[in-house]
Formats: sequence, structure tokens, C-alpha cells
Amino acid sequence: MKSELRDLYQEVVIDHSKNPRNFRRPEGANRSAEGMNPLCGDEITVHLKLAGDVIQDIGFQGAGCAISKASASMMTSALKSKTKAEAEALFERVHSMLTEGPKSEVGPEELGKLAALSGVWEFPARVKCASLAWHTLRSALAGSGAPVSTE
Amino acid sequence: MRAMRELRETLDVESLRKDFPTLRQEVHGKPLVYLDSAATSQKPRAVLEAVDRYYEQDNANVHRGVHLLSVRATEAYEAAREKVQRFVHAAHAHEIVFVRGTTEAINLVAQTFGRTRVRAGDEIVVTVMEHHSNIVPWQMLCEQQGAALRVVPMDDDGTLRIDELERLIGPRTRLVALGHVSNALGTIHPVRRIVELAHGKGVPVLLDGAQAVPHLAVDVQALGCDFYAFSGHKLFGPTGIGVLYGRSELLEQMPPWQGGGDMISSVSFEKTTYNKLPYKFEAGTPDIAGAIGLGAAIDYVNSVGLHAIAAYEHALLDYATDALKRVPGLRLLGTAKEKASVLSFLLGDIHPHDIGTVLDREGIAIRTGHHCAQPLMRRLGVAATARASLAFYNRREDVDALVAGLHKVREVFA
Repeated sequence: MKSELRDLYQEVVIDHSKNPRNFRRPEGANRSAEGMNPLCGDEITVHLKLAGDVIQDIGFQGAGCAISKASASMMTSALKSKTKAEAEALFERVHSMLTEGPKSEVGPEELGKLAALSGVWEFPARVKCASLAWHTLRSALAGSGAPVSTE
Repeated sequence: MRAMRELRETLDVESLRKDFPTLRQEVHGKPLVYLDSAATSQKPRAVLEAVDRYYEQDNANVHRGVHLLSVRATEAYEAAREKVQRFVHAAHAHEIVFVRGTTEAINLVAQTFGRTRVRAGDEIVVTVMEHHSNIVPWQMLCEQQGAALRVVPMDDDGTLRIDELERLIGPRTRLVALGHVSNALGTIHPVRRIVELAHGKGVPVLLDGAQAVPHLAVDVQALGCDFYAFSGHKLFGPTGIGVLYGRSELLEQMPPWQGGGDMISSVSFEKTTYNKLPYKFEAGTPDIAGAIGLGAAIDYVNSVGLHAIAAYEHALLDYATDALKRVPGLRLLGTAKEKASVLSFLLGDIHPHDIGTVLDREGIAIRTGHHCAQPLMRRLGVAATARASLAFYNRREDVDALVAGLHKVREVFA
């Protein structure tokens, strides 16, 4: 396979897309937000169980491409027990990785497993797929309840 | 075998392909396989040259100047209108209104014909297969007038339910608006029969011909339709130019849409008299170069021959349908008996966007998504499909490349 394609569809990405983690509404969830990508019809709901500033539990539901599902799955895995501030900081780092690619000053060690999505920046048409879950998360954290859109 | 023989006999595709500069390139290091002509077609050099020639030699405004360039520009612009007239077999050149595209043509009819004919409680009949551009303008009109949209259903294979259509046309129906060929499924609707049915109940019919004119010979008088809309860019012409055909009797009765220059006979602050057809509907400086380019595209299509194109594409569609059916896990959506040039499909549970991305890296361009037909996607129970669409410049090799690409997709997501 071509290397850019393998960069995009890394094994861990394929695995998360086929076996999404936290693909559910967690018990006791008290925040949720919907996100959609009107260009492709993808829809996602992110659920949070917030206790004070801490994300005690997180899950997601919806339908989407491999990239959007894997991104949502990996996001939920990374954010359990994190504070709102930590989640915001991670959002910034992921956003930088997706949009700036190698020019990003965020190193792989700051991203952990999420670094598996570093190949997305080479596919500009797919950046929105990877960022949908994160924008939806922010909306859920803000508690505005307004659906977010990639457009 | 028969299909293959016909392919060779009807068109010299290899030589025609040389007329399309965009087709001769590599993408991601692979030869381009362009299977997205339903989104927009590639342009033959004759079209590009006609546009260039206008800008290099004749560039002037139309219908105004006494000087020679303006005369030449006007002649070329009006010659393009006559080419369109002959192309769709309209009775008069003044029944051809130049617009930006199919979308603008439909909005024009909704906001002129619709605003004056449709009242509270009236109904517009559309089908579940419509492109958003043949849904939203009518929804806007319905909201403005307090009217309602009625939707003709289809069978699972994408065949329109004519019995339901007949049932839905009632005493409050003011217009039937439907596509000639479905952009997402490729179904060719029996529009002549539909026009007969509607006219039998005194209801006019608008046909969205965006996906039909590149593939089928269209005769608006034989079809009997009241309006016919299409875009230049899907007919191998430039973007930004399109056509509304309307029966002159109806166009005469319709108020103008946009106001401005060119659409008037005389203007005073007390009263403005509108220009005659078709200029009443062409406010402002039109897309002169676009119209000239569209005229050149029509000349080109005529030189190839629409009957030859239709026969060739039919055989190619059969070949592609058979080839795709053999890809494990592939499900075709839209298998109506009468079809043109479109193959919509799903591959296992792989999302169409992922299919599109992998194919792109193989040099293969297809469309993925909802094809601006979300109500249809809902009817099919899917969020999106992958769509390969054919034009006469495609070959069996392109279909073979698509099949090989789909095997690669399966590998990536195995």
C-alpha cells in the first residue's frame, strides 16, 4: 500500500473504527452534544458524565467514516478522568496536529495514542472527519446544547 | 461479447479522449480515471477555444453597442441560443432563457410562475429521488404561499411509482416537478408518459434535465413538457451557464424575476415596461462567454452524435454493472430497468468516504456522499453512497481500474 494511505489508515485507526471504544451513552451522563458534517451526512453524539471539572465518563454514538469513528473512539479513550482544562489542552494539540502536520510544534509524546491520526493532515478533505468528534466534545463541555457543524 | 462489439462499433473513444486535455494527466502518480461526470463533465478543447476566442477577439457587451465587437458578441451569444433551441428541439429561440445553471432555472420558475399561480392550500408534486435543487426552491415557494409539497415514492430498485404519481396529482396540484434522470441512482423516468398524465389533469410539468442532456437526445416538444432545465457544465460546457426552456405561452404570462438592465423596454420612475422574451428573464450582462462555450459544447456533442453516445454508454453501463456485481460485498443501489450512466454502491460496511479516499490515491475520481439527495438517502436507509458516473470518454479500462481499486479498498479495510 502507498505510504500516505498507510499513514492515514494506520492499524490502530482501522481497529478503533471497527471496534469503537465507549460506543454508548454512559450511565449517569449529564451532558451531551450533537455534531454533524453536512457535506457527507455524518452525525455523532458525544455524551459526558461530568463531576465538577472532571470527565468521569465519556461515550459517543452515531455513524461516520473510519476516520471520524476512530477519532471519536480514541478521543473518548484519552479523556476519561481528565479535567475540562486538560481536555481543552488536548483539543488544541490535536487540532494543531491535524491542520499543521509536520509544521506543528506538538510532538508525538504530547499526543499519546492520538498520534495515530497524524497522517490525516496529508488528506485535506478528511481533516473535518477527524475533528468532528472534538468539536462536538467542546460543545458538550460548554453545555450550550447547540448542535455543531463542520461547516 | 455483443456489448463489447457495440462499444467498438459506435464510438472511437481513444480518439475522442484526445479532445479532452484534463483526461491526459496523472494524479498521485497514477493515470487519471475520471468517473465523476455526473458532478461535472470534462471540457473538450473546442469549448475552451471558443471561450478564449470570444475574450481574445470579440469581447464586448451584448445587445447594446453599435460598434463591431458588440455586434459580433451579440451574434455569437444569440447563435448559441439557437444552438440550444435546436439541441432540445424547442419551437422558438425565444423559449430559451440563459441562466447560471439548473438550480437558477428552477428557482426562476418557482419565483415567477410559482408566485403567481400557487396559492394557500395548493400543492406541488415532486419525487423522492429529486436533487435538493428540485426540492428546496419548491419548499421556499410553499412557505411563502402556504402551499404543500407532495412526494411521489419509488420502489426499492429506484423505479418511480407512476401509480402513486397519478394518485398524488389532485385538483390542488399546480405543478409536477421531477428529474428526467436521477443523479444519485441513474433511473430514467418515463417522462413522456408522466407529462401526458399530468396534462390530462391540466397540470404543467417541469423537468430537471441536468443528468439527461449529456446522455439522451431530448425533444421538449415530443415530451410535451412545459419547462426543461439543464446546466452547461454537465454537458461538457463551462460552469456558470445553464438553460431554462419554457413554452412561450407560459413564459409570456410569467412576471420577470430579477430587475435590471437588458430586461426592460423602457424605464421611467413612474413605470417600467419589460422587454420581450427571452430578455425579460435575462437581467444584467449575461455570461456571454459561458453561452458561447455551451454552444461549442453542443456542436461537439452533435459531432459525436447523441444516439451513438447513448448506445455506447448503455453498453458501457452494462459492462460496469456486471463488473461491479462481481466485487465481493458490493451492493448496487438503483437497479431500475431504464438507467443512464450512474452506478451508486456500497461496499460491505466501509464508509463511502473511505472508499473515495483510497480510490483517489489510485487515480480514480468518484463522488461520495449524499449527492444532494438526502431525502433519497433516507428512503434508502443509508447516510451516503459511493457513485461512479460515466461519460462517453470513459472506457472499459476505466471500469477495470475501478474494480481493481475496489479490491484495494477491501484490502485496506480487511
